[in-house]
Amino acid sequence: MKHVNRLIMALVYIFLYAPLLVMVIFSFSGGNHTSVFQVVEGRPFYYWYEQLFREGNPLLRCLWNSIQLGIVSALIATVLGTVAAVGIYRMKNRRLSSSMMMVNNIPMMNPEIVTGVSMMLLFMFVGVMLGVSGEKTNFWTLLIAHVTFSTPYVLLNVLPKLRQTDPHLLEAAQDLGCTPTKAFFKVVIPQIRPGIVAGFLMAFTLSFDDFVISYYTTGSSFKTLPVYIYNMVRKPVTPEIYALYSIILAGILVLLIVYNVVSAKTPAAGKKR
Amino acid sequence: MSELKNLIELRNISMSFDGETVLDDLNLSIKDGEFVTFLGASGCGKTTTLRIIAGFIDPIQGDVFFDGERINGVPPHKRNVNTIFQRYALFPHLNVYENVAFGLRVAKVPKEELHERVMEMIAMVNLKGLEHRKVDKLSGGQQQRVAIARAIVNRPKVLLLDEPLAALDYKLRKDMQNELKRIQRQLGITFIFVTHDQEEALSMSDTVVVMNEGKIQQIGSPTDIYNEPINAFVADFIGESNIIAGTMVRDYLVRMDGRNFTCLDHGFGENEPVDVVIRPEDVDIVPLDRGMLEGEVTSVIFKGVHYEMIIDVCGFKWMVQTTDVQEVGDKVGLYIEPDAIHIMKKSKYSDMFGDYSTYSDEMEEALAGEEEEEQA
Repeated sequence: MKHVNRLIMALVYIFLYAPLLVMVIFSFSGGNHTSVFQVVEGRPFYYWYEQLFREGNPLLRCLWNSIQLGIVSALIATVLGTVAAVGIYRMKNRRLSSSMMMVNNIPMMNPEIVTGVSMMLLFMFVGVMLGVSGEKTNFWTLLIAHVTFSTPYVLLNVLPKLRQTDPHLLEAAQDLGCTPTKAFFKVVIPQIRPGIVAGFLMAFTLSFDDFVISYYTTGSSFKTLPVYIYNMVRKPVTPEIYALYSIILAGILVLLIVYNVVSAKTPAAGKKR
Repeated sequence: MSELKNLIELRNISMSFDGETVLDDLNLSIKDGEFVTFLGASGCGKTTTLRIIAGFIDPIQGDVFFDGERINGVPPHKRNVNTIFQRYALFPHLNVYENVAFGLRVAKVPKEELHERVMEMIAMVNLKGLEHRKVDKLSGGQQQRVAIARAIVNRPKVLLLDEPLAALDYKLRKDMQNELKRIQRQLGITFIFVTHDQEEALSMSDTVVVMNEGKIQQIGSPTDIYNEPINAFVADFIGESNIIAGTMVRDYLVRMDGRNFTCLDHGFGENEPVDVVIRPEDVDIVPLDRGMLEGEVTSVIFKGVHYEMIIDVCGFKWMVQTTDVQEVGDKVGLYIEPDAIHIMKKSKYSDMFGDYSTYSDEMEEALAGEEEEEQA
């Protein structure tokens, strides 16, 4: 039994990590072929990394686009989601607050393609009405779309933290001289900070990762990485993208390690209440 | 105390939540430097009254005066009062020092003065050396001290305490009672203390306000409240009481259980029906021939300093606390001094309290049995 367990465990890990490993290995291939590892004379093992970082590479530009869009949309979604969570938390009417949660949850369960197509329709409609070409403004259409689909996740991260905080903390701060707003920032925000940070990270990941909704709301002037690569697949692809993804993978690994080290150093802060 | 001015006045305060009346036309004045306790069972409106004074809720009717000024609608942060919350509500993200310094930082007190005042407070509540400790790493008693320091460092005119000792164990609670009393004397500020523990109220306060069903039942010093309760509710809530229906024959003479007793009370109508209160510790057990009343011992419980007995006198069960031990089934005489008798006017609480006929182990077991059956 023990051996079977271990075997299953090993298989799970192999299926999870072997593809990533293969991708990293292939990023050091010298040839243009994407599925055969080649050593080509005159090309160093980091040839595709060199190619990736060449001046004016559209892949890099799109990576930067994705990061920018991710950060800006996650910031906006975090603010909106937190404000919404506080609003719902303070609702005295139970029925109203639970129907608000319902409204919040629907976009998360809605298939992305439906969200994407309906967003596209909306933007076309408004674009025609205002006489603005979608091609020029597609950073804004993407931003609106990304904020829209990531805000509910922020709310879902912040609301439980709010429910965990002692409602008397807010009163205590006011009792000690804070205006209600100041009391909120000085006392409630520190309590729900872990939820806000988690919400921000989730919003960024969702935005960075998104293909389907972006595909329908993008134009020619501002392309995100997933959309660009999808278009690339129809042309000959080089192991250059393996190099790119290896770098992204390394970046995520570093982030995860940093996150774990930081949260291990402050064990009492978040867990014990 | 009479020459001191009224610091807080509540006039005709009414409050209700979701149509349910919580406070009903409440009138109260509190003097500067007084230690006032609101005493009552949960749901009597004592915490609501405290929150109205703190400014967390506005009464639907009536006026709140602070130092002669009407303060209805003034938000909590503009009131010169500080609160100690039931569960302390310490800020978990701050250490002891920063919790205490919170109010002063908000008030932008200069750095040096702030440090001096915070350290002085920390010393006053015996938390020296724990300044940099996280508050969730403190014991209950220590958290309580931080809450006290955090409130009084701001030098409020009034300190509001919402059942602050309820979460502490018995011994610690006694210590904190003494400590709070010491702090109050030392600082001379007005304390308004909310509790459901009558012993706590009696031992700490200058004035006790007994509340029930959103109404003040009685206001008075602890000895007044205990010795001269105004109605059967107060008599029963503060300590144990035997409350017997009687008739005031004339001044200084009351008739109960078919016998006349001399008492010290007067000013009632002739043959007016009244409630007679006799405290269990004021009843003497004597041999049958010397007793004013005769009864049979139905239960004896050892309580440490005394025995608590239930004695059946013509069907009415008396509680008697005495150091003389008797056996269940003994026939004994009861002797009552005239000054042990307190007469009260009839109220809506008459006949609801003061009979110990339901007070026996058998009864409790029977009740417990019924409850179990209901649950099953």
